Amino acid sequence: MTNGTSNTIDASADQDLHPVIKCDSVYKIFGEFSQSMLRDSNGNVDVKTLKEAGCIFGVNSASFEVSKGEMLVIMGLSGSGKSTLLRCVSRLTDTTAGRIFIEGEDLLTMNPKELIELRRNKMGMVFQSFALLPHKTVLENIAFPLQMKGVSTKDSIQRAAAMVELTSLGGRENYFPRQLSGGQQQRVGIARSLAVEPDIWFLDEPFSALDPLIRKEMQDEFLRLQEMLHKTILFVTHDFDEALRLADRIVIMKDGIIEQIDTPANIVLNPSTEYVAKFTNEVPREKVLNCGNVMEEVGDISDLSDLRVPRKAVIETVAEAVLNETKPVGVVNDNNEIVGVLNSKSIIHILFGESGAKSPVSG
Amino acid sequence: MAMNRISLHSKSTQFAALLVVFIVLCLSIDPTENSILWRLPALLAGVPAMVNNSVEFVMFEWMPIEIYNVEIEEYEETALVKEITRSFSGALLFCIQFIREIFLGGVKTIVAFTSWDYIRENPWAQWPALPWTVVAGCAVVLGYALNGRWLALLVAFSTIYVAVFGQWEPAMETLSFVLIAAPLSVLLGLGLGIVAFKSEKTEAILMPLLNVAQTMPHFSYLVPVTVFFGVGDHAGAIATIIFATPPMIRLSLLGLKAISPEVMEAGMMNGCNKVQLLFRVLIPTARRNILVGVNQVIMQCLAMAVIASFIGAKGLGFNLLLALNQLRIGQALELGICIVLIAVVLDKLSLSWANKQVDYFADLSFVERNKYALMMLVVLLAGVVLAYLGSFIFKDGINYLYAIPHNKGITTENFWQSGVDWMVDNWYSGLQGFNTALIVHILIPMKNAYLSMPVSATFLLVMGVGFIIGGVRSALTVGGFLLFIALTEWWDRALITAYMTTFAVIVSVIIGTVVGSLCARSGLATKIVLLVCDTLQTFPSFIYLIPVIMLFGVTDTSVLIAVIIYATIPATRYTVEGLRNVPESLQDAGSMSGVNHLQRLINIELPLAFPHMMLGINQTVVFALFMVIIGAMIGTDDLGQYILKSLSDKNGIGNGLMLGLCVAFIGLAVDHLINRWAKDRKTALGLA
Repeated sequence: MTNGTSNTIDASADQDLHPVIKCDSVYKIFGEFSQSMLRDSNGNVDVKTLKEAGCIFGVNSASFEVSKGEMLVIMGLSGSGKSTLLRCVSRLTDTTAGRIFIEGEDLLTMNPKELIELRRNKMGMVFQSFALLPHKTVLENIAFPLQMKGVSTKDSIQRAAAMVELTSLGGRENYFPRQLSGGQQQRVGIARSLAVEPDIWFLDEPFSALDPLIRKEMQDEFLRLQEMLHKTILFVTHDFDEALRLADRIVIMKDGIIEQIDTPANIVLNPSTEYVAKFTNEVPREKVLNCGNVMEEVGDISDLSDLRVPRKAVIETVAEAVLNETKPVGVVNDNNEIVGVLNSKSIIHILFGESGAKSPVSG
Repeated sequence: MAMNRISLHSKSTQFAALLVVFIVLCLSIDPTENSILWRLPALLAGVPAMVNNSVEFVMFEWMPIEIYNVEIEEYEETALVKEITRSFSGALLFCIQFIREIFLGGVKTIVAFTSWDYIRENPWAQWPALPWTVVAGCAVVLGYALNGRWLALLVAFSTIYVAVFGQWEPAMETLSFVLIAAPLSVLLGLGLGIVAFKSEKTEAILMPLLNVAQTMPHFSYLVPVTVFFGVGDHAGAIATIIFATPPMIRLSLLGLKAISPEVMEAGMMNGCNKVQLLFRVLIPTARRNILVGVNQVIMQCLAMAVIASFIGAKGLGFNLLLALNQLRIGQALELGICIVLIAVVLDKLSLSWANKQVDYFADLSFVERNKYALMMLVVLLAGVVLAYLGSFIFKDGINYLYAIPHNKGITTENFWQSGVDWMVDNWYSGLQGFNTALIVHILIPMKNAYLSMPVSATFLLVMGVGFIIGGVRSALTVGGFLLFIALTEWWDRALITAYMTTFAVIVSVIIGTVVGSLCARSGLATKIVLLVCDTLQTFPSFIYLIPVIMLFGVTDTSVLIAVIIYATIPATRYTVEGLRNVPESLQDAGSMSGVNHLQRLINIELPLAFPHMMLGINQTVVFALFMVIIGAMIGTDDLGQYILKSLSDKNGIGNGLMLGLCVAFIGLAVDHLINRWAKDRKTALGLA
């Protein structure tokens, strides 16, 4: 088990706030006797005995933190426990053992009233099958969480109209969900989840039910929204490319166990288990890595070409330019200071090296 | 594949072997009175009396309490249950009368707050009736408000029909009773459905009760209701509620269970508390099924209009019953159409109301926002003015613009009567020949064959079929149902019911399958046939008796033909649905394999549609059983006749219930076998 330890090293180092979501050895165990057995062992999870008793581990000792404004993507194939983990954090299912904190408050000891308050003010969730109310129009669906809070019809509808603008649904306010395409329905789902201006945003495979082209469009739209809103996000997907595209950090799950938690680049560069490596092998690295990930230390500044590439630029976007230079290229940070060097050798290595040789998917 | 074929093959061998043993048993057992193989002793014969006694005890002796009687102004001793049911009846009756007097005027609601003496002294103290034009006009406006011009037109046509044919008064009486019974049934059904949804234990208890309640004939409820609640409109309403609630429970539960868990989760994540989750998420999301339930409730209420009149419900049903008893076919027909029209109007109004959409961008003036309310106000004023003017036009006699007294409208009775007479004159010998031939050559031999089955052979056959279809469990289930009937004193009557039902079901299934298969060929025909089925299903079952009496008079043939017409509806519907629902890809695969029409029907469509068609046959059996019992009105000698007799018996409660259970158990046994088979088959075909 490689979880829990490697996660906080680099990604959230520059974030000084306490985590918005914190999970501490969370277990979700299915099975008739799991509850009574846990009670007998004073809440200590004895994985071996429980498994012998026929219990199934939906989530097996998951620990992680999500800091403010961060997007954590939980990636795993079906049955890996990713959705179950999300439902534990939103308390849609009861966690069997472990502790979950939302902004420092213990989620699992909250009474129903506190939970409802939390959901009304701090949480929003988007569902895979959209889960829109079929009897309500687009506008009414978006206004629904506000009305549950007790906001007046007029105010909630006004706010919903603003959300309609935000999610580019203008002109379809009075449509019913069944009259919309999948992509439009999910826009409504997104607008609804954002209507109460939550701090924490849960997305459960929001784009999985959509066509590839629409999915790409929705991902762009989603990134645009996140750029504006800076929510703390827990995003579940089974699509590794989607995870790489969106995530600040990725959690990779298998059979309920967290295999690795890291930034996309680190996962691609250093997969910690064979299972993770299976995913990363096929990934076109030039699309994931940025200049900062692969640059070398600055040697002789006078030996650099005139071209400068930003540290955050993805390799794919600069590869051709760098390869056209005869000298190494300087990598600059936001303040235009040179922080590293990129030479054509490392670019070629990324494009055609290791993984490229094994599986020629990259072009 | 090979395995499947072998097991199927062996099943048909099992059936054949069973049939052989059955016939051998039938032939070898002598019909002697004392043989237990021939008939079982009526061990349950004492149960009805026990039921009667215990009901009487609970009702009149158990837990005596002192209560102050206003009328005789002193305390008197009375039983608790009696007092509870009496108060309940009083409340219900008041509600019905209140609505009735809004429509028709009267003094009873005022009496409820004062006294008869007060009314005698103050002749002004009475509720004026609304002019019929006002009620009709408001209904039209309501129809227009809910679903535009077409619904308004339908409502207008229906109300005018009712008024013109002089049935306004009974129609309003029926309506007042439906307007109480239907909402109560809906609330009760929805409530129980929700409870069953929340607790699996309740569901497990409720389901068998619902099964029995839905297969019990209407008549068997009537006696217990009269014992507990007396006779009158309220008793009719209660019997109706008992009958209309089960489908509502079932459909509510079905709808709630079909909600995707994500919608529920979405509701929870949007911060719903339990009440909000129930009323703002679950019920609205399940509304399609719940609305079907509401629709069913309304249909049941009107179907019960006639039957409830047996225990004192006034209105169209009572008049229809009277007309049928007097063989006034024309009048019965007019009344039947009135009931059907009210059923259709209420059905459409309730559906449109539930589907109504609110427009938030309506930035409208007061007049526009309340235009329908204002229109109704105008209708009210106009109606009153018209009625006032009417009093000048119709100086002596009836003011037709205010109220049309019963049977003072126009009537087409003479036309229909002469039609009947003409048919009797011209077709009598032909029809009579057909009638006699049917009775002598088919019905009587069939009836005798049924009656000559030894009870042991019947058990063997039914339990054997149960075993082949569903193993030991099914065999014991159907055996249990059968044992109950065999131990009552009505085994022979049950056999007669079974024979009539079998005959009707066979004919219905043949007609239904043929018509259904033909209609399923074309999309248009499918639409038409489903529409016809929908329409026919809104007719209360009694209506079907009218035309057959017209043609065949009061004979067994009439009953059977009415049963066949009624029972053909589900047979046709399910055939069409089953055939149309054969997956497109399989049809395409068939086409690419080069099948012709007949090959397609035999090799692709029928095998795949067959499980669904079997469910249709199941419905056919239930429908046929119902109608056979109602047919007792015309005169048969089966269980239904005995149920009808128990109605007029003071101690009929035990008999009525036991007989009702006998009918229910026949239905349930068939239902169990067919459902079990269809479910297995659908799973095997991957259609479930």
